[in-house]
Amino acid sequence: MRHACLAFVLTLWAALAAAYEVEDHRLYPGTGEAVLRIVSTADLEVFEPYLLAYQASRPALSIDYTVVSSADLYRALRGGAAFDLALSSAMDLQFRLANDGFARPHRSDATAALPDWARWRDLIFAFTAEPAVVVLSTERFAGLTVPETRQDLITLLRDHPDRFRGAVGTYDVRDSGLGYLFATQEARSTDAYWRLSEVMGRLDPQLYCCSGQMIDDVTEGRLALAYNVLGSYAAERLARDSGGRVQILRMQDYANVMLRTAIIPATAQQVEAAGGLIDMLARLGLRDAPDDWPLPPLGQGGDAPFTGFGPIRLGPALMVYLDPLNRRAFLTEWENAMEQR
Amino acid sequence: MRSWSIGRRLTLLLAGVAALLSVLSWGMVTSLAQQAAERTQDNVLAASATTIAETLRSEQGEVRLELPYSAFSMLGAIGQDRVFYRVAAGPDLLTGYEDLPAPAGLATPGAVSFDTDTYGGEEIRMATITRLVLAGPGPVPVTVSVAQTRNGVARISAELSRTAALLSVAFFVVAVGLSAFAARASLRPLNEIAAAVSRRGPSDLRPLRRPAPQELEPLLSSLNRLMDRLGQSIRRSEDFIAEAAHRVRTPLATVRTQAEIALRTVGDETEKHRLRGIIRAVDESSRSAGQLLDHATVAFRAEDLSRDPVDLADLAVQTAAALEPTAAMKDIRLRVEAEPAQVMGDAVLLDNALRNVLDNAIKYSPEDTTVVLRVDTQGREARLTIRDEGPGLGDGPVEALTERFRRGANTGGIVGSGLGLTIARDVLQAHGGRLHLQTAEEGKGTCVTLALPLS
Repeated sequence: MRHACLAFVLTLWAALAAAYEVEDHRLYPGTGEAVLRIVSTADLEVFEPYLLAYQASRPALSIDYTVVSSADLYRALRGGAAFDLALSSAMDLQFRLANDGFARPHRSDATAALPDWARWRDLIFAFTAEPAVVVLSTERFAGLTVPETRQDLITLLRDHPDRFRGAVGTYDVRDSGLGYLFATQEARSTDAYWRLSEVMGRLDPQLYCCSGQMIDDVTEGRLALAYNVLGSYAAERLARDSGGRVQILRMQDYANVMLRTAIIPATAQQVEAAGGLIDMLARLGLRDAPDDWPLPPLGQGGDAPFTGFGPIRLGPALMVYLDPLNRRAFLTEWENAMEQR
Repeated sequence: MRSWSIGRRLTLLLAGVAALLSVLSWGMVTSLAQQAAERTQDNVLAASATTIAETLRSEQGEVRLELPYSAFSMLGAIGQDRVFYRVAAGPDLLTGYEDLPAPAGLATPGAVSFDTDTYGGEEIRMATITRLVLAGPGPVPVTVSVAQTRNGVARISAELSRTAALLSVAFFVVAVGLSAFAARASLRPLNEIAAAVSRRGPSDLRPLRRPAPQELEPLLSSLNRLMDRLGQSIRRSEDFIAEAAHRVRTPLATVRTQAEIALRTVGDETEKHRLRGIIRAVDESSRSAGQLLDHATVAFRAEDLSRDPVDLADLAVQTAAALEPTAAMKDIRLRVEAEPAQVMGDAVLLDNALRNVLDNAIKYSPEDTTVVLRVDTQGREARLTIRDEGPGLGDGPVEALTERFRRGANTGGIVGSGLGLTIARDVLQAHGGRLHLQTAEEGKGTCVTLALPLS
């Protein structure tokens, strides 16, 4: 217990030093002294089964799990915060960390089994492939045809401004790393993105930091539609309840597929334990059946190239929209579209 | 110590050349692969920097740009290399990695320059392009640098180098096989000539007449010249022997005649005895000279043997008849028991051989005995056996008696040249037959067999 306290104090101190906001934190004490410090963007309730499974295989290991936003995770690691493993849904930020030398390499049979598109330089490893989806409330969509493409959605929003005013939600790309990644990739891939943003901007859109809150608001009827929600969360929530009040749509013209990635920060001390967890996640990422793990396997991303929507590529191109000039230009354009008061 | 075979030497030499060429070609391919990979990376880096530079523009007196997506996505083409970039307007950083090493030289605007440096602990290759942008009071030189680590280049050249190494080894193995084949093929004429020479009979000194490669012609012609000289030398010495024997025989005949006349005219017994001794010695000398002549004849005729049908029975009868007077002088009876046996051969030589053997038999037989000549056939062989009642062959090695000038151990008191059996053996060998000597079963007398293949 004393170690746990010490770990917590150390974590707190590290958090203060690197100035990031801890959204959630939990310590899973083990029988030994070693503590694996994980910083992640995945909510505890989503990731807890993985942590428990890993701890079951290594009972001696204590696991210290900290949830932060992807932008904070990036800032913390660049600032030298001490973590043993960083899991994030913001591929571009993870890639930039690996590219700039903030990650250390890990090589094992499990990572070698990953397809080429799911790893980069033995520094960064993808273990889930999660699509961006549209979540809508069936109640508030009563009497309307469910849109299948962005063009359908644009037409729908344009034709029923009263019904959707103040009832459309999406990421605030200024705050959310994942939202920014989805938005930039979509802007690059389809010209419908900016038209859709314009239409949404006229409807007083609600901006969110996180997928969870968007889904909550759709379930409770406060939102008619949430755009660019991370599919895995939505699926998990829906499985739990909703009773048919929420419907999930995957756009047929184009859909982003995000790879959730892991890196071992250069500051890591429990390198071996971190590698072991990466190996477990990589093996789970390659499983065939979805099973009852909360996060989907990579397989969906692997099949996707045949349907035209591959996962976002892990490569230097991810750094393009992280460039401050590009980011400023993109945000300016996005604000112009979204905030037409 | 035997020196190395030409074939092995040639094979090793060619294999050495092949190994050298393999290593050279591997080295060349490796360095070319390295160059090609490096040039590819340079081209991609240059394209990336140029693409970024093309977005440079001036807005309200400020330099603006946007990084095109393609400028970075193309950098993923070579491999998984880390990417760094910097855009600076004059001394001021616009965007990118501030601490990226500066390009070595000041490039002329529009031209791409390349640098190799280290950044973040890794070797990087950097392409830099400078463009003048009109911003504010005057044109500002804007430098765009795009850098990449070189792992992809190293991996590509290592892969190509490995492939080249495998190919070189395969090339070497094939070359060694071909070398061995080539060495054997070029040595074949030499081996053929050697085989042709070794196939020849012991006295075949005819020149070699066969097509030979240009390189072997000197060897062949000197070999032929040597054989020619050797043949001439042998012929000369045989001529000399024949001439000498002939020259000796004629005066001997005169001496004998004179001695016989003297024998008749003298009355004193002591003188007669002395004269008889002279006559006997002259006879022996004359016989020896005759055998020397026979030997020369055999050597000469065997070289170009004529093959006529000869009946051994007839031959036995004739030769026995010819030696009848000599035998009668010692009261020796010659009995011929012959059945026809046809062989192919030179009648003169066969007669010569038989006469020498029969002469021996008469010479070594005691007085008042019988010498039997028997002709019969056994299987594919005709056999002429001469059997006497003399002292036999003694204890020495039997086959040695046919050597030239070799005489038996128990010939004391009897004069002889030691050529008789040599002549007989040479004649039979020239005919493809053999001479067989043995002491008769009862331990008394000698049995000499002339065996010849039946025609």
